[in-house]
Amino acid sequence: MHKEFLMGNAAIARGALAAGLNVISGYPGTPSTEVLETTAKCNDGSVYVEWSVNEKAALELAAGAAYSGARTMVTMKQVGLNVASDPLMSLAYIGVKGAMVVLVADDPGPISSQTEQDTRTFAAYSKLPCFDPSSVQEAYTMIGEAFEYSEKYHTPVLFRPTTRVCHGYESIDVKDTEECKTYEPEGFVRDPSKWVIFPKLSYNAHMKIEERNKELSKVFSESGLNPVTAGEGRKGIAAHGINFAYVSEAMKLLGASAPVFKVGTPFPFPEEAALEFLKGLDEVLCIEELDPVIERALVYVCGKFGLKTKICGKLTGNVKTAGENTVGSVCENIAAFLGLESPEKEKLPPAPELPVRPPVLCAGCPHRASFYAVKQAMKGKKSVFCGDIGCYTLGNAMPLDMVDTCLCMGAGVNIAQGIKKVDKDTSCFAFVGDSTFFASAITGAVNAVYNQADMTLCILDNSTTAMTGHQPHPGTGRTMMGQVVDKVDIEAVLRGVGVETVETVDPLDLKKTVETVKTTAEKKGVKAIIFRSPCAVLIKPEKPAVIDADKCRNCKKCINDLGCPGLVLRDGKAAVEAALCTGCGLCAQVCPFDAIGGVSHAD
Amino acid sequence: MQTNILICGVGGQGIVLASKLIAAASMAKGLHVMSAETIGMAQKGGSVFSFLRVGDEAECPMFCEGSADLLIAFEPAEAVRMLPYLKKGGKAVVNSHPIMPVTASLKASSYTGDEMIAYLKENVESLTVLDADSLCKELGSPKVLNMIMLGNAVRSGALPLDIDEIENAIKKTVKPQFAELNSKALRHE
Repeated sequence: MHKEFLMGNAAIARGALAAGLNVISGYPGTPSTEVLETTAKCNDGSVYVEWSVNEKAALELAAGAAYSGARTMVTMKQVGLNVASDPLMSLAYIGVKGAMVVLVADDPGPISSQTEQDTRTFAAYSKLPCFDPSSVQEAYTMIGEAFEYSEKYHTPVLFRPTTRVCHGYESIDVKDTEECKTYEPEGFVRDPSKWVIFPKLSYNAHMKIEERNKELSKVFSESGLNPVTAGEGRKGIAAHGINFAYVSEAMKLLGASAPVFKVGTPFPFPEEAALEFLKGLDEVLCIEELDPVIERALVYVCGKFGLKTKICGKLTGNVKTAGENTVGSVCENIAAFLGLESPEKEKLPPAPELPVRPPVLCAGCPHRASFYAVKQAMKGKKSVFCGDIGCYTLGNAMPLDMVDTCLCMGAGVNIAQGIKKVDKDTSCFAFVGDSTFFASAITGAVNAVYNQADMTLCILDNSTTAMTGHQPHPGTGRTMMGQVVDKVDIEAVLRGVGVETVETVDPLDLKKTVETVKTTAEKKGVKAIIFRSPCAVLIKPEKPAVIDADKCRNCKKCINDLGCPGLVLRDGKAAVEAALCTGCGLCAQVCPFDAIGGVSHAD
Repeated sequence: MQTNILICGVGGQGIVLASKLIAAASMAKGLHVMSAETIGMAQKGGSVFSFLRVGDEAECPMFCEGSADLLIAFEPAEAVRMLPYLKKGGKAVVNSHPIMPVTASLKASSYTGDEMIAYLKENVESLTVLDADSLCKELGSPKVLNMIMLGNAVRSGALPLDIDEIENAIKKTVKPQFAELNSKALRHE
């Protein structure tokens, strides 16, 4: 063992490698992304690492490898699990031969997600065992145990850290190379009675799964994964994940010593361990994020065994129902529950008005130019702009204000199609990024073409998966392991599925782009425009723009139309923030007085 | 001994690296370190903060309001935003150069940063204010902002580390071609 300072996601990856990982696949999504990236970085070449086109493909690949006896992991964020749930629900019945860990990172808050769904609840729904680490160190060791349980019980298992564990850092004990396991998969053994799902197999498997989960509830109770910390008094606290760490910190601050039950395996719920904990307690406070999983399970256990212990938490109004907990909020919850004084907070005088910093597109982001061009082209015409998931969701911010809907990955295409069916005199646009196009908008495009939709599909192609930190995808011509491959050509895909009009433009050439949007949008049927310009973060910036003070008439059109962080007000006049400006030249093309220069695109 | 540090600023200022260097230098001394970052949705421009805890007494990476021994703020309004986390008697090292968000430009807001510095002077006993962006210009690179901030944080005496220990961490963490400039920035006053 030796010490290393690791991010939670890196610890999970290293723990998986130490457990003999053979194959890992996934789709990027905050806060899960660094798990797969770390396995790629720390790979000696023996592990197959893949960014798949979406979570469903990733899960199926990991399942196939696990059928062949490999130790596999598939990584995603919680909403990715929705995409992967079709194969996963069936896989729960089929099971695996090697081992398979489905890593799903949950995001209380939510900080960077569409939903506050709880993978612990999904575990109960899919009947799959679930592991919930409470710290970076525990994530490292628990992932190894997850592989062991998966292999022993021939089932995929869920591993669900939350953002604060994924993105927390800690100096932890890490195994030396010689302590790590290696694993030789046997290969696929043909057996249709095992690998081909049919109603009869599912019926039999269902019965076995229920038996197994009963057994696992007992095994988990005795495993050390669900420890009870002894304490004083007749009031106890139950917690999970990072909340357990908050509880420990809060108890220290409050000088409290109530017994604490840490639930590391929320499903199958460790009933016997819970019974031990509940013994002699009048009341229990459940500190949880997302769903009241432990709270419901304890209410069930009390009912089942006739206990009179009162279970409190989200359902009883003791803990807030949505959002993240903090050490401070947990401190207050526990103080109120135990009848203690909350630590005094020093009151500061009211602060000056603070500037808000909502998420915006970067200075020089080509998406800004694309949105602006469409906005100009459709000025005065009734239009709806359907957005999607990615950096370009930020096109919603003022002053662009170009996102009318946003639901989930790839949804914009068919939402635009649906709006047009009802709102017949509206021009409907769908904006989708290159990675999202491959992940889940191609089927939407086929649907739109097949069903004779009338809409404009705008592909914002910045040649990367930008929002999650620049991962490669099928259009980049590079795989996760750095292999150079043939690019999947977006234009060819669109033409292949029957889109007859496919235009490709450089959005930083404003005039031409506006013209293209105007002529394309007027055509009938499904037509597409590919706005192609690389992500501003990935290219070497050009010289910053220069404002000619003699020509500038201080109309502020550049600032008010574009909302670019590279343009600021200085002493009441528009000025360039040289450290941020990439010299993209959009503002120079917008300026009515030709006062902005020094940039390459300006002509 | 437990030291709680909060580093805050705006995305793109190099806060995460500053946090990692303190962590690496502390670990090299055998100290236990935990940290947590909030980086927001956008690639750049959002409020970013990093909680850092050095010592054995911490149970979790984040701490309560009123718990930080040291606040390192790369931007004046972000210093005010996170000030409730500073404990009474804690030290603050603040860059006076404001970063104007797009929303402020659109609203023609009068934000200059000076109002924030005035508020901090009223409410922080042990405050170091520096124009780190000007110091960067003296060194000819906007990228050394985090090193200048880190150097001042060390000189405040609130970290369990000295300049040499941070410098060693830089050598191990940062690409060799940047190490010299970073070391210089660390000592630049």
